[in-house]
Amino acid sequence: MNIINIEHISKVYQVGTEQVHAIVDISLKINKNEYVAIMGPSGSGKSTLMNMLGCLDTPSTGKYEFNGASVSQMSDNELAKIRNKEIGFVFQTFNLLARSNAIHNVELPLIYAGVPAAERKERAEQALMDVGLKDRMHHKPNELSGGQRQRVAVARAIVTKPSIILADEPTGNLDSKTGEEIMVLFNEIYEKGNTIILVTHEEYIAEHAARIIRIKDGLIEADVPVLNRYIPKIRVEVN
Amino acid sequence: MSRFALLSYEFKESMLIALRAISSNKIRSSLTMLGIFIGVTVVVLMTTAIKGIDNSFQQGISSLGSDVLYVSKWAWFNSAPWWEVRNRRQITMEDFEKFKEMVKLPLAVSPTCDIQLSLKRQNRSVDNIFVEASDQNYILERNYTFDQGRFFTETESQDARNVVVLGSEIANDLFPFGNALGNEIKIGPVTYKVIGVLAKQGSFLLQSFNPDNMAYVPITTVFKYFMDKEHSSLTIQVRAKSTALLEDTKEETDAAFRKVRRLAYNQKDDFSINQQEGMVDNYNKVVGVIQIAGLFITGLSLFVGAIGIMNIMFVSVKERTKEIGLRKAIGAKKRTILAQFLLESSFICLVGGIAGLIAAILLSFVVNQFIPTSVQYGAVVVAILVSLITGLISGFAPAYTAAKMDPVEALRFE
Repeated sequence: MNIINIEHISKVYQVGTEQVHAIVDISLKINKNEYVAIMGPSGSGKSTLMNMLGCLDTPSTGKYEFNGASVSQMSDNELAKIRNKEIGFVFQTFNLLARSNAIHNVELPLIYAGVPAAERKERAEQALMDVGLKDRMHHKPNELSGGQRQRVAVARAIVTKPSIILADEPTGNLDSKTGEEIMVLFNEIYEKGNTIILVTHEEYIAEHAARIIRIKDGLIEADVPVLNRYIPKIRVEVN
Repeated sequence: MSRFALLSYEFKESMLIALRAISSNKIRSSLTMLGIFIGVTVVVLMTTAIKGIDNSFQQGISSLGSDVLYVSKWAWFNSAPWWEVRNRRQITMEDFEKFKEMVKLPLAVSPTCDIQLSLKRQNRSVDNIFVEASDQNYILERNYTFDQGRFFTETESQDARNVVVLGSEIANDLFPFGNALGNEIKIGPVTYKVIGVLAKQGSFLLQSFNPDNMAYVPITTVFKYFMDKEHSSLTIQVRAKSTALLEDTKEETDAAFRKVRRLAYNQKDDFSINQQEGMVDNYNKVVGVIQIAGLFITGLSLFVGAIGIMNIMFVSVKERTKEIGLRKAIGAKKRTILAQFLLESSFICLVGGIAGLIAAILLSFVVNQFIPTSVQYGAVVVAILVSLITGLISGFAPAYTAAKMDPVEALRFE
């Protein structure tokens, strides 16, 4: 079954007196355990599509079904619930809470999901171990390197065992070596059977995925499988 | 998982965030608290002071008795024009004697007049004391209790004996060791013997009405030594048998005194019948105005504090726009964000309010030196509630702004 089923969605913004068609007409399906890269130049509607996929925004017209449920008609609170339980976000700028340590940052979505404290701690610790940050659990973001911060963010994304992991330029703020380490991590997560959607403008990063969707002027320009997927092999222990 | 559990986790998280936000901006938070601190301090102090004034008045007036009428040349409260009142005839001892024969309803009637004199005992003296002069029935009209001794008798009154009953403050001033009874003092140049000392009655605010700071002597001695019998106006005190009979007694008094004065049916009263009730009414009016004005003015300072909170909360929301976006992205609902900021503002207010309350309690000990009072339990509860509510109200607009932020916009905010 499809996790994501989009049929003929569009998104129109009102900017002053002008209407901007960020998405003109897009249809796409994403299945369980896919590794999809969404590519496109800035202004292509790539970000709008990502916000839509992440249930941060709803389409102006068209149908968006997430796990069979219609997102287009959902209230803000229902959207919040879907984001909390079904989607793990990884951002370019990490977006960690500066005043909280790593484990509290990872626990945050579980708090909003109403998971009891003991279970929360256990699951957050497990997630941090999975990303190789066993010994950094009680460090605050400013005591961690860029790569370590992004690992905390990845741990936060996977801790709720979401249906999809949505990564927006996850290596954009990292040097190439550290970026590669994060891509290793994504590959591991993918190989465990998770679904990953990667938004990027770098061809090299996109080639880590198994399918590339190219967006241009609010339309899908190409939707092709990657024949020679780049599988990163290095696994650098950060600890 | 129950809904209650979810709410309690959210609440705990919001509390944690609020506390972190406050502690990471210590100077800003404490300056904001200062506004509420000052507001609560002045409001509590104001209510405390008003309560103190009220207490001492009520206590003092109750010793006068609510069933006593005061027949006097003067009106306590505005009735006739002042020149008309000034030109009224004096109330003399003859008037009193005639009046006394005519009335049947009162429990007791007595003539009184006041004279301001110095009291001396050896090297101790007290000046400008109201010496209240009356006859033996005076004590039946007051709810006074005695510390030592007794009031003067009919014989002592008729024979103009030099005997005096002292109010507790005067007794303390002249006889710090409490040995007043049986000793002699000088009132003006005349020697009097102390035959009684009153227990503390509680003070009136108006010093002239303070029964603790008065001395009581037979009216006959006053006419003998200090005053011309013909040229002074008395106040006749009339005590009804009960409060229920007060109106009847008043009517009888009015009719009788008109007869004494030989007034024709078409002539107005040339005297006034005053009663304590009028004083209480008048007092309540004045205190009511003071109370409202006081609370309004002090309330303004609390309001200014509330504006400070609102201002700082808007700044706080703005600063944390990106954090709000992230929280919403990973599943925080509107109510969670709302709670986070409401908790922050009410916590600031609560801490400021409690600190203000403590300050007010300490300052009330200073106020207590002037007006006997203490912080009321009610005021404590109200102060805490008011600061909480202030926090909630002034925090609501900023918190609501945060709660309804679009996560996409918020995440993009730099």
